[in-house]
Amino acid sequence: MSQSHRIAGGQIDRSTTLRFSFDGASYAGHPGDTLASALLANGVRLMGRSFKYHRPRGPLSAGSEEPNALVHLRSGARQEPNTRATVAELFDGLTATSQNAWPSLRFDAMAINDRLSSFFTAGFYYKTFMWPAAFWEKVYEPIIRRAAGLGALTREDDPDSYDKAFAHCDLLVIGAGPAGLMAALTAGRAGVRVILADEDFRMGGRLNAEVLTIGGQAGGDWAAGVVAELASLPNVRLMARTTVVGAFDAGIYAAVERVSDHLPVPLPGKPRQTLWRIYSKRAIVAAGATERPIAFENNDRPGIMLAGALRAYANRWGVAVGDRVAIFTNNDDGLRSAADLTAKGVQVVAVIDSRTDGPLLPGIRHLRGAQVIDSTGRLGLSGITVRLATGQTETIACTALGVSGGWNPNINIHSHHRARPEWRADIAAFVPGQGGPAGLIAAGAAAGHLSTYGALAGGHVQALAVLESLGITATAGDLPKAEDAPLNLSPLWHVPHGKGRAWIDQQNDVTVKDVKLAQQENFTSVEHLKRYTTLGMATDQGKTGNVIGIAVMAELTGRAIPETGTTIYRPPYTPVAMGALAGRSRGKEFKPFRLTPSHKWASEQGAIFVEVGNWLRTQWVPKPGETTWRESVDREVLATRRSVGICDVTTLGKIDIQGTDAAAFLDKVYCNTFSTLAVGKCRYGLMLREDGMVFDDGTTARLAEHEYVMTTTTANAVTVFRHLEYCRQVLWPDMDVQIISTTEAWAQYSVAGPNARKLLEKVVDQDISDAAFPYMGAGSVTLGGLRGRLFRISFSGELAYEVAVPARYGDALMRRLMAAGAEFDAVVYGTEALGVMRIEKGHVAGGELNGQSSALNMGLGKMVSKKKDSIGMVLSQREGMTRADGYRLVGVKPADPKGVLQAGSHFLEVGAPVELASDGGWLTSKVYSPHLGCDIALGYLKAGDQKIGRRMRAVNFLTGTDTLVDIVSPHFFDPDGERFRG
Amino acid sequence: MADAWKSLTALGHDTARTVTVGPYRITERDDVALASVALRRGQDQAFAAAAAKAGVPLPPPLQSASGTPYGAFWVTPDMWFVTAPFASHEDIVAHLKPVFGAAASITEQTDAWVCFDLSGPALTAWMERLCNVDLAVVPDGYATRTMMDHLGVYLLKQGADAVRLFGPRSSAQSLLHALEVAAASLA
Repeated sequence: MSQSHRIAGGQIDRSTTLRFSFDGASYAGHPGDTLASALLANGVRLMGRSFKYHRPRGPLSAGSEEPNALVHLRSGARQEPNTRATVAELFDGLTATSQNAWPSLRFDAMAINDRLSSFFTAGFYYKTFMWPAAFWEKVYEPIIRRAAGLGALTREDDPDSYDKAFAHCDLLVIGAGPAGLMAALTAGRAGVRVILADEDFRMGGRLNAEVLTIGGQAGGDWAAGVVAELASLPNVRLMARTTVVGAFDAGIYAAVERVSDHLPVPLPGKPRQTLWRIYSKRAIVAAGATERPIAFENNDRPGIMLAGALRAYANRWGVAVGDRVAIFTNNDDGLRSAADLTAKGVQVVAVIDSRTDGPLLPGIRHLRGAQVIDSTGRLGLSGITVRLATGQTETIACTALGVSGGWNPNINIHSHHRARPEWRADIAAFVPGQGGPAGLIAAGAAAGHLSTYGALAGGHVQALAVLESLGITATAGDLPKAEDAPLNLSPLWHVPHGKGRAWIDQQNDVTVKDVKLAQQENFTSVEHLKRYTTLGMATDQGKTGNVIGIAVMAELTGRAIPETGTTIYRPPYTPVAMGALAGRSRGKEFKPFRLTPSHKWASEQGAIFVEVGNWLRTQWVPKPGETTWRESVDREVLATRRSVGICDVTTLGKIDIQGTDAAAFLDKVYCNTFSTLAVGKCRYGLMLREDGMVFDDGTTARLAEHEYVMTTTTANAVTVFRHLEYCRQVLWPDMDVQIISTTEAWAQYSVAGPNARKLLEKVVDQDISDAAFPYMGAGSVTLGGLRGRLFRISFSGELAYEVAVPARYGDALMRRLMAAGAEFDAVVYGTEALGVMRIEKGHVAGGELNGQSSALNMGLGKMVSKKKDSIGMVLSQREGMTRADGYRLVGVKPADPKGVLQAGSHFLEVGAPVELASDGGWLTSKVYSPHLGCDIALGYLKAGDQKIGRRMRAVNFLTGTDTLVDIVSPHFFDPDGERFRG
Repeated sequence: MADAWKSLTALGHDTARTVTVGPYRITERDDVALASVALRRGQDQAFAAAAAKAGVPLPPPLQSASGTPYGAFWVTPDMWFVTAPFASHEDIVAHLKPVFGAAASITEQTDAWVCFDLSGPALTAWMERLCNVDLAVVPDGYATRTMMDHLGVYLLKQGADAVRLFGPRSSAQSLLHALEVAAASLA
């Protein structure tokens, strides 16, 4: 077949031929075609199978409202499901395949569903598949999902990239039809910043699909002229192929720009799509209107489409969908299709006008007061049956039928903030109501002005109103001449005839019968109607079907349509690829990395990194010959305790706190006291939340009378800083306190072990003997002349220091420490070894700082000073928080040294039944201690301080373990602290 | 200071480099010393007088000011980031503390940030892919805090085709990657 249905005219470039394939067959088309127009030009009407009944379907529309012609576009990893053929721009080499059909589109085995339709009525899945319940998820759902569905995912990674961007304007105009163009022109000429976004690749909207003239020019030519003028204005941004998909708060709109969808593959570096966030002061929605069909028996055959689409294919794309065409209308606009097609030389066999007084077109057979009641043709329309005004029926052979039941203004965006639309009886349609998004107004057909002149005037007037609201005076201009005919619609929603099925929502296979069933079963609210029948769901959001469904329900219940109501549209207006929502945040770039200043050095050592927040921290550093992580970690622990180890602690949060009230401020945010801390010393601090639970911990050093530096856990660095800002700005705004994060400014290393001082003495210029720099000393030092900071603190329980230099010298300091430590066999240790040593010392960390534990739970109850007020102090003294049988931190060892402990295990008394009532607490963190030669752990145990020495069970259902354990002091190693004071 | 100490730039190089993507240039600047200078309560007059005497500009909100040796941009109520040449002011706090005395809280910020100078045509088109700053409209000297690919950055407009960014140093590579990808989509 070579474009057998192509006729003269249209906005396609016939000088270039594009090759494409559908279901393996090759076809030709031209630039300017959509996949649907090109297939129709080649005589292909059958493009898909329906959702539930697998009925053969062709395009109903020529735009984004399309419910039927959904295909898999492209192949391989780029294959995209549920692509509307009516808006897929044709490119050379395009491949598309049909979906929801097996083994082929023409012979679909699942079409048996159509024969069994009486079993698949509305709500069938609520009534069947009920027993047994165990089958719901594992048997019934997979079967239903396989039988009923749309496109399939490839399960391959999308090879293309997506982008996000921000745009700003005074006025966003949504839609570039006559109203949108006029609005953009009016505002653009007045000099305000305008963004004009349109989902089509060619701006002009319906003007491209009509032969109507504007000011004596063809509508399409007028549109092209306006677009050219807008393009010349520096204050106007034209965004074609851009769908505004949602209205959000404060004039913010989301829009998807299909940057590369019209190309076989994106150009190098270019995204496939860009998700724009458009910040506007005002917006005009000029999204036009969508034609709606009339429901009659078998009204879903390929070849039956909206009358406006039928003439759009002829006028814009030079395609005659059929050689014998009939029109079924209840309004004057439908007659345009008959006139346009006749002018194009297409045979119009009849106009079936449900009105008795519709105008007559010369040379065309009119059947007034008649209705189409049925159609024939298995895989495509071959004829229709018409009930004449006399009551007699007549069959008419035809291969295309254009149906017009009127036009629905596109109120979607307007109702994104739950604005209820209003009913306008003269056009029998909903128009935007009150309470839409602030700053958004509708113009043109979207506001219910369905004539060309009405659209032009609406766009102009609304733009003037916007300008006035922005404080700009602009005078009304002369509008070009254009048609201004009324629709003359006489409502007809469905043709009452026979017992067959008449489709309302073609995408979801919802028929008039389904609505009747819903009504019979008392699902009469529109919201219930939607859920019970699936009317208006899925990719098209019921753009062609919703109003008919509501009208049929109104008819059945005897209510008026506005009383029956309408469901609310939600974003997105048309489907959005997940990739566009993700933008650049995917794979390795899902979130930013944070690297410490000595990351390069650690990489050179072959360090294994672990993600902690966004940081990459050294977890351990394997040495040659080590085959398991445990070997490396054991070595790091033993070497540190034996001589000296170095650990990168840059990631701990550091907050500079200054001001004359800094000391008083710290006394309020920490539960223990810092105002008494001497300059040049540091102290462990515990921070509570208002509810008395522990929030974070760390050491804070006093560098000067009014200057402290606080450290936080790595995980809470940001939340603690935010908390302090809140305290400073909101709770105590009169305090003289200034804070700023210095986490990244300093590279900081822990040097721990019996030889830590000896090592540092080679690096630090000052005297750091125990006398000169005692335990918990802190202050500025120099290292070979370089400014630095030194803190004598220990998390490992060893004689330990933390030494810091400006981040740019972190790499050099690490190398210098390792060189200085060579004579002591210094090792680098990572977070795993750190974890082993802190548990050996009984220090709390992530597993214990779980947001549900108090200082008392942690064995730190005495740290909560009662002599002063601090955040959380009062509530930490609540009765339930201080009970003697509450959780207490304990140490845990397996009764058998070879026993294995599991974090998350629950403690039970030996002999107690394994049930919730016996639960005594849980094991929070566990490691293997190379010093003790067995697993050791920390845990929260009820009245744990009274149970030291008791033997209990640690039961873990997840790992299926049940281990006898001994409850011991959490201080496994050097309980008297002789080492770190050394 | 301490010649024997070898430094690495935020991107991990020995010296700062320029990355070019089509007409767009991203230059790492490791020669800018930075300190936060915050007004202490009730010290307004002494603070302003000290700044004026030492030539430390104190621009109003959303603005930056340049000068020799000190430049500055506003970051939050009563706080500025003050810049100076790294070569002469590496220990910038040591320079500023005598100026402000007890009137200000001053904290070294030099190595907390990576500094990128961006240049090229149509910087607006580049920046709108990264942040919600209406670069076409804001004046030269504009300074703000914004987000780029989840990272909080300070953005200073230094001319129609020049922008300076201060981003978190530890994420310098991630920020550079975002800048490169956005530039590549335009180049």
